Amino acid sequence: MFVKILRIIKYGFNNFFRNGWLSVSTIGIMVLALVVFESLILFNIIANGAVESLQNKIDISVYFKSNVAEDSILNIKRSLEGLTEVETVHYVSRDEALAEFRERHEGDEVIMQTLDQLDENPLLASLNVKAGDPRHYDTIAAYLDKPIFENVIEKATYAQNHIVIDRLISLVDTIQNGGAILTFFLSFLAVMITFNTIRLAIFSNREQIGIMRFVGASNNFIRGPYVIEGVVYGVIATVVAFLILIPFINFLSPYISNFIPEVDMREYFANNTMRLFLYQAFFGIGLGILSSVVAVRKYLNV
Amino acid sequence: MIVFQNVTKTYNHGTVALEKVSFKIQQNEFVSIVGRSGAGKSTIIKLLIGEEKPTKGKVFFGSYEVDKLKSSQLPEFRRHIGVIFQDFRLLAKKTAFENVAFALEVAGRPQQEILELAPQVLEMVGLKDKMHNFPAELSGGEKQRVAIARAMINRPDVLIADEPTGNLDPFNTWEVIKLLTKISELGSTVLLATHDKEIVNTLGQRVITLENGRLVKDEANGKFLIG
Repeated sequence: MFVKILRIIKYGFNNFFRNGWLSVSTIGIMVLALVVFESLILFNIIANGAVESLQNKIDISVYFKSNVAEDSILNIKRSLEGLTEVETVHYVSRDEALAEFRERHEGDEVIMQTLDQLDENPLLASLNVKAGDPRHYDTIAAYLDKPIFENVIEKATYAQNHIVIDRLISLVDTIQNGGAILTFFLSFLAVMITFNTIRLAIFSNREQIGIMRFVGASNNFIRGPYVIEGVVYGVIATVVAFLILIPFINFLSPYISNFIPEVDMREYFANNTMRLFLYQAFFGIGLGILSSVVAVRKYLNV
Repeated sequence: MIVFQNVTKTYNHGTVALEKVSFKIQQNEFVSIVGRSGAGKSTIIKLLIGEEKPTKGKVFFGSYEVDKLKSSQLPEFRRHIGVIFQDFRLLAKKTAFENVAFALEVAGRPQQEILELAPQVLEMVGLKDKMHNFPAELSGGEKQRVAIARAMINRPDVLIADEPTGNLDPFNTWEVIKLLTKISELGSTVLLATHDKEIVNTLGQRVITLENGRLVKDEANGKFLIG
């Protein structure tokens, strides 16, 4: 048994080296497929970052009339927090709003002087409401539109930002759906290309498989070396694809961070090197083995 | 040792390749099967090595009932038979030595034995010098001798040769026939399918003659009589 396994491994490597260009081109195709696979992982990371970043930018600010007591604002805050659609509610008191305003316009003397001349704080207390899902802002806005709030609420930004929010929602949807379709389609493509390349490589060996059967080789003894060859293809293709990925990420990372500050590819890559490598190895080697087994099976019936 | 019992083989599209063929071959016999192309010689060999199953009748080989063997039982069964073909059927990506060694490896024989035996057999067929050449680097006659070495290395009970000289020049043809005779003398049963009149007449051994799938003649000391 042990001797047979050793022989299978030896033949796997023998085949690999003696196939020469066939091995090289098969690996080339697998590298392409793996790069597509990698790009999909990275695309999904970027897309998720972009979606998150967009979603963080969406919120509703509710400004309260200056005569409304803090207690009743906090009451409304609690009732908003009771809504399932609401994720967070942040209270900004009038004083906090003023402090923030001063901080923001520190260098602007005109504004500072104007503020100093005023007896009263001109800014309003507000609640900053974030929904878990951007689609829920409609519901939250409708809730705030109730007559009981009419006397306390000065204005809500939803009415003004309505169109922008809707557009962002549809943009986020498009990115997510597009990403899913692209992932599915390109993964399918990568799998089919790899599978067919290995099948073609084995197709050119179909007579050899028949001969081995005539000489009395068991199916496992015939299949084994092809599986080993598939593993070798997978391992080499994974390593090559990974080596291609590293400079690519280093080059692209600053541009992406410029565009979406939440996404730092370089850091993500550094933290997840092992995981990304294993994903790829799993994909590459798995595909190598599976394609070999399926392709050889067809020619074993003699 | 080999028994064909009323064997009929019809292919899917209705062609009758063999019709009610019966014969017995004893151990250590040298039997030629002759007939024109399409007479059924190759079908007999395919049935014997389990590549095809008879439509009717039974095929026995020693204790095996060949037509009842499952695909998974064939490899073990085929190690009892050595087969050589007109087109040699060598493994193109293995050297002469590896081709011969492969037959031992599939049987799970130890490495030590393979390293001793394979060169010996290659020497016997006169190819010791070309042991590490690939089939593409060998002539037709040399390829066929590798195939013979591979077929005999497992000391098979039967050596089957399907038109082994069809692709060879007269010189190599006689070299191959000499080897087959030698193997027969060493105690193996030899079954030779051929349409080469001269070979059969020179051998002066048992001849089974097929015509259109029927066995028309079976003579202990036969001659090739089809024109």
